[in-house]
Amino acid sequence: MTDDGKSLDRRGFLKRATGAAAAAVPAEMHAQDHGHDHQVVPSDPALRTKALESLLVEKGLVDPAALDAIVDTYENKIGPRNGARVVARAWVDSAYKERLCADGGPAIAELGYVGAQGEHMVVVENTPKLHNLVVCTLCSCYPWPVLGLPPVWYKSAPYRSRAVIDPRGVLREFGTELADDVEIRVWDSTAEIRYLVLPERPAGTEKMTEEELAALVTRDSMIGVAKVAAPRGGKP
Amino acid sequence: MNGIHDRGGMHGMGPIRHEENEPVFHEKWEGRIYAINRAIGAWRKWNIDAGRHAIEQIPPADYLRMSYYEKWLVRNIGLLLKHGLVTQDEVDTGKPVSGSQKATPPLTVANLAPTVAQRPSYARPDADAKARFKVGERVRTHKINPTGHTRLPRYARGREGVVERHHGIFVFPDTNAHFQGEQPQHLYSVRFRAQELWGESASPRHSVYLDLWDSYLEHA
Repeated sequence: MTDDGKSLDRRGFLKRATGAAAAAVPAEMHAQDHGHDHQVVPSDPALRTKALESLLVEKGLVDPAALDAIVDTYENKIGPRNGARVVARAWVDSAYKERLCADGGPAIAELGYVGAQGEHMVVVENTPKLHNLVVCTLCSCYPWPVLGLPPVWYKSAPYRSRAVIDPRGVLREFGTELADDVEIRVWDSTAEIRYLVLPERPAGTEKMTEEELAALVTRDSMIGVAKVAAPRGGKP
Repeated sequence: MNGIHDRGGMHGMGPIRHEENEPVFHEKWEGRIYAINRAIGAWRKWNIDAGRHAIEQIPPADYLRMSYYEKWLVRNIGLLLKHGLVTQDEVDTGKPVSGSQKATPPLTVANLAPTVAQRPSYARPDADAKARFKVGERVRTHKINPTGHTRLPRYARGREGVVERHHGIFVFPDTNAHFQGEQPQHLYSVRFRAQELWGESASPRHSVYLDLWDSYLEHA
């Protein structure tokens, strides 16, 4: 190992790290990339990532099978279905809900959901008069073990900018209208505490099983940008 | 630092683009760079705060232009270079310099499960730190403008709030990001009225909670 790069300044760091290829992409194509038009500039980061992976594998710095397993874990094993099971359990088991709201981490761990970015969990409960919304204005903090990796919009400039100053406007963009007398609490994840919203249980679900309830719970409702909709077609 | 990453309260960034049935990774390379990030982190040459600070140091125009995982790619290359795990020549050519010894990766399939599932904690309950504030107390955040890493966003500096919850003692990012030690401090959830943050036209039924370290605060 060498010390090379220790004295890199910021310009040098970026110039060297991004390489010349990025500059070849026209500005108007970048402009379209503002949202999630990932197709517009795929080749450059794709090629650079491939080159980096091959270098790191050849140097013995990473194990490619471990990389495969990490991708598989977050694509197939850890996601918002985990959080939905926590919510459904809280809806049917009042003692569990009490433990969950008092100290989120151990109660979530009871269902086996532990790990990176879920080390310190706080659960905040929505009621007819109180609505909670979670954001990370400084980066992209998100409770991975219960929600998986965050969607693009959660990490994007518009959401991170406006959630703290105009939560009602943000909620409206998600089709969530709150009455004027509802209190809104926005949780800006500035430390290693991760927040999970416990949404309200919709009416008309009294006879549903825990498993059926979990199927109703959306990722967005656990971030706080949406409510859980009552089941369509009306199960009795 | 007063960087472009510190987004709270900014206008003009356009609509929020919600995507139905969004995949975890939109392209294969995004998953690869995510996994590389986890795997090289296992070398423990840097910490989570240094990793965040590396993203903050991407120049503002590039920060806004780049997709999320493109920023991770740039950050990871920068950290690998800075901490001597790779050289610039190696990054440029994609090949190890000749004669370099092959290392043994710390993260493998065999130890991945505990790595993903373990609960590495940022809490330091036994650290020697004094709690200067109690739940229910009124506090004011310092008006600070550090050029390094901080987790006190601009929109909440010099503002009054109430301590709502005491989280315990936690690693202090402002020093940890710069390898100046963990310097653990008490961490609190502080509630700010929207009218305190954004002015009298804000709704009286809106508040923002931030998790703030002891040294960010003074008695109000």
